[in-house]
Amino acid sequence: MAREFTPQIVTANDLLLGDAVYLTKAGTWSRLHSDAHLANSAEQAQTMLKHVKGQQDVIVGAYLANVSVNEDGIPEPAHFREAFRTRGPSNYFHGKQADAQSS
Amino acid sequence: MYIYNDFDAEFVRDRVRQFRGQVEKRIDGSLTEDEFKPLRLMNGLYLQLHAYMLRVAIPYGSLDAAKMRQLAFIADKWDKGYGHFTTRQNIQFNWPLLKDVPDMLDALADVGMHAIQTSGNCVRNVTADHFAGAASDEIEDPRPTAELLRQWSTDHPEFQFLPRKFKIAITGSPNDRAVTKAHDIGIRMVRNENDQPGYEIIVGGGLGRSPFIGKVLREFLPKAELLPYIEAVLQVYNLEGRRDNKYKARIKILVHEAGLDEIRGSVEETFARTLAEFKKPSDELVDQITTYFNPPEFNNIQSHAYEEALETDPVLRSFVETNVAEHKNPAYGIVTISTKPIGGTPGDVTSDQMRLIADRAEKYSHNEVRISHEQNAVLPHVRKADIPLVHAALKAVGLATANIGLISDIIACPGMDYCALATARSIPIAQEISTRFDELKLEKEIGELRIKISGCINACGHHHVGHIGILGLDKAGVENYQITLGGDATQTMALGERAGPGFAAEELLPALERLLNRYLEIRECSDEIFLETYRRLGPQPFQQALYPEEEKYAA
Repeated sequence: MAREFTPQIVTANDLLLGDAVYLTKAGTWSRLHSDAHLANSAEQAQTMLKHVKGQQDVIVGAYLANVSVNEDGIPEPAHFREAFRTRGPSNYFHGKQADAQSS
Repeated sequence: MYIYNDFDAEFVRDRVRQFRGQVEKRIDGSLTEDEFKPLRLMNGLYLQLHAYMLRVAIPYGSLDAAKMRQLAFIADKWDKGYGHFTTRQNIQFNWPLLKDVPDMLDALADVGMHAIQTSGNCVRNVTADHFAGAASDEIEDPRPTAELLRQWSTDHPEFQFLPRKFKIAITGSPNDRAVTKAHDIGIRMVRNENDQPGYEIIVGGGLGRSPFIGKVLREFLPKAELLPYIEAVLQVYNLEGRRDNKYKARIKILVHEAGLDEIRGSVEETFARTLAEFKKPSDELVDQITTYFNPPEFNNIQSHAYEEALETDPVLRSFVETNVAEHKNPAYGIVTISTKPIGGTPGDVTSDQMRLIADRAEKYSHNEVRISHEQNAVLPHVRKADIPLVHAALKAVGLATANIGLISDIIACPGMDYCALATARSIPIAQEISTRFDELKLEKEIGELRIKISGCINACGHHHVGHIGILGLDKAGVENYQITLGGDATQTMALGERAGPGFAAEELLPALERLLNRYLEIRECSDEIFLETYRRLGPQPFQQALYPEEEKYAA
């Protein structure tokens, strides 16, 4: 039996800001992890990643990140590194965590 | 302080102009990231977890008030009001926007600074003893040599694409505060039997995934032959260093694989040629550089204000005990400003603090500031009579923590709070250690203790040479911390030994508490520092303290 596929999302850094961004269902980039579009198969994940290779004028360094899916169907980071990217550093209230509060 | 010559000034401005064009082309889409990345790295611009990061070189850690104020201005205008001093005497800005970086580089050029060669496989910022020109134990001021090396290595056409990065450090004191034995080349200023000044050249040291202590390549090199000799070492490395495997590409691996004698033979053979061919810097240039670093005019007027203040102010006394080192002029002291307040981020300084340091340096330290590889700032020439005033000013902005050389004076790399290479966080670990041992009021009791924390095996936090080293790893998706014991960063350099299995973040502090309580129990006397106890007794009692459960099973 094939190994069960871990759901994935496409993430990158924004070219101008450097901040972490996530590929949405509409093919745009969001700064919110919860907006990320889920790939439910390896093929779909590869197709999504291939698709964004042409978006070099908007993003830098796209890659696939594993996620878990909560009961509302929203993707959540599977690894602590990706969790940190959704927040910002732990020593100051900077980065996404601060932006979320001010917006 | 160094002064840019015409070449430096023009070269740096040219590079900013070029980079401005490259950034515009990247933003309008005419350069891809693959094309742009090597260009931005040549100008010190990295992309990290949450933002870009600009790494600015501070030549051998030397700043003056104007440079420090400009760093504060940059931090306010284009970053979040602070900067991070690193273990290579650089400063990093963690939040620049891509479009602003050319303006930041222009602002740096205005005060004779840049971010060139702070990345890439070239000769990086030359580092030096942060007490240079001030220390009482100094044989000779290493800064003129460091400056000569800076000028030689800047835009050196032959050494821009070495097999890997190349780091040089220099000390003029027998007590090594510049970690020379953990550099690609370490230089110690020495005298030969005829009392002539020269250099001992150490090669092949380095930390990272394969740590090595540097080995003496040449016991005595006459001063005038330094550049052709270093050029010969670089030529041998450039040709013979491995380019097939990034992890085996540093000169330490070449020295290790080929053997010291073979490398020495190749270097001496090449040196015979470079010495004959090398266009020596003119005497005029050497004299000029030397005058940049002439000692300031010291004011030797005696005053009892210092002694009186020490008698009456216990807080000042405590500060002086830890943060003031002996100056070569007995009327002066070297004041180390800790960037490590209890619970703070090692190496971080706000723009307001930078301006205060600049003001005090201008007024009380002959306009000199140093940044140490331990991530602290130093006022190298403060009249003892002025130390109470300087201390009071530092205290007012949270810069008077009296902890130099103690448990909370921790080196920590940025770790996974910022760095894209990190496997775990470092900063929160440093914050927790300093907070906890402050609560326990054990810092002074424990005495000298060097804790160094890295967030990955690249070892920017020098964990291998910490008395206690902490290495953060990703163990099956959880942050995990390995402890090494017995490391030493000085002239008696030793690599720490791994104590045993790693600890989860929440287990680490209790483990360190057990470890240090054991040390307090078994040290011979209160003067025996942790490292000495470790050397006397070996790892066993410390391992027992770290892993009590295993003892139970073994019993």
